[in-house]
Amino acid sequence: MSETPRIVYCNCTYAKVVPPEVKGEVLRRLCASGAEFEAVADLCDLSARNDPALKRLAGGGPVKIAACFPRAVKWLFHAAQAPLPKEGVEILNMRERSADDVSRALLGGAP
Amino acid sequence: MSGALRIVLYEGPGAVPLAEEERFQTMAALLNGGFEVARTRVVDAAAQLVLGKFENGGPALPAAAQRRDISGLEPAQVVESARETRDQAGARKLEAWKPWFPVIDYDRCTNCMQCLTFCLFDVYGVDQQQKITVQNESNCKTDCPACSRVCPEVAILFPKYKNGPINGDVVKQEDVQREAMKVDISALLGGDLYGSLRSRQADARKRFSTERDESKALLERKRCLKELGKQLDIPDEVLMSLPSAEDISERAERAKAKLAQRQARSQTVKDTRPAPSDKEWGI
Repeated sequence: MSETPRIVYCNCTYAKVVPPEVKGEVLRRLCASGAEFEAVADLCDLSARNDPALKRLAGGGPVKIAACFPRAVKWLFHAAQAPLPKEGVEILNMRERSADDVSRALLGGAP
Repeated sequence: MSGALRIVLYEGPGAVPLAEEERFQTMAALLNGGFEVARTRVVDAAAQLVLGKFENGGPALPAAAQRRDISGLEPAQVVESARETRDQAGARKLEAWKPWFPVIDYDRCTNCMQCLTFCLFDVYGVDQQQKITVQNESNCKTDCPACSRVCPEVAILFPKYKNGPINGDVVKQEDVQREAMKVDISALLGGDLYGSLRSRQADARKRFSTERDESKALLERKRCLKELGKQLDIPDEVLMSLPSAEDISERAERAKAKLAQRQARSQTVKDTRPAPSDKEWGI
């Protein structure tokens, strides 16, 4: 049986580049669901500080990350010496995708 | 360096689940306060602060973790409580600095060192393998993406930038072509950047000597800087803090010498000397 992916949500607290209505709605749906999830204030901040939290988030099996552009997320983890594994990672871009779309992808169609 | 405080919003056995709206408001307040928080039904070993509406003694906690019952607390009070715990635990505090810094896409980077040569603020350096790396993130000037514009491979990202591909969006062929045109800063400024600044300063000096009109020269400088800022999307603050033309020239020469030294070393396969230290590189 395949492992259920963990969910990581980035709030992009320090900038307004992720539409607030999208990130707010995604967080609301995560909170309304029964899912367990990890929420971080800002992946950029964690990366800049080499925060050990990134190693924990990158390890531990399959993961779905709701944040921004996949290329940015990939290299933010890498910059903090916490590279994401090549397999089992799905990055959902809240800068471009709708809250519906991201929530469905995170919660497996049952937001 | 200590990490951020790890907060767990616990809703497993030994705790009453929060109402949906309360859960959302609490999570949002913590995130907007800069905290990391996990909603779980199991307390993991990394938890430092466990929040919940506990009953029957609540869950067993790791030795280093603290428990805080949030029954009856408003989200703002929960955040205040988290701040207290963070300070007691010596966890990393939030800083006013907006996390603005370059991130290198090593799938694209060719280690050409243009960014290192270009950046005036010592953000870049090289690691033990002489590979370009971001070493001083906090030196980066907020909202300035200039180094990404001189990268010939579109390999430098600023995730919080407004437009692609600098923000991490997929790099298209036209982006590569556009950036390639900018590699030679001459094409952009009618001379290399440093040369352009030197020349403008020289012009200004001439005017000083003939006209003795300081205000006119200052206006010219402002006009040129504004033009430069517009073309490269560089914030005024950065332009105003540019070193003098002499400083820039000296720095460029120093960077060239270091690069030549680096290339000479890397071309000599028999060279067994250890890689130069950061001090030797002067970075």
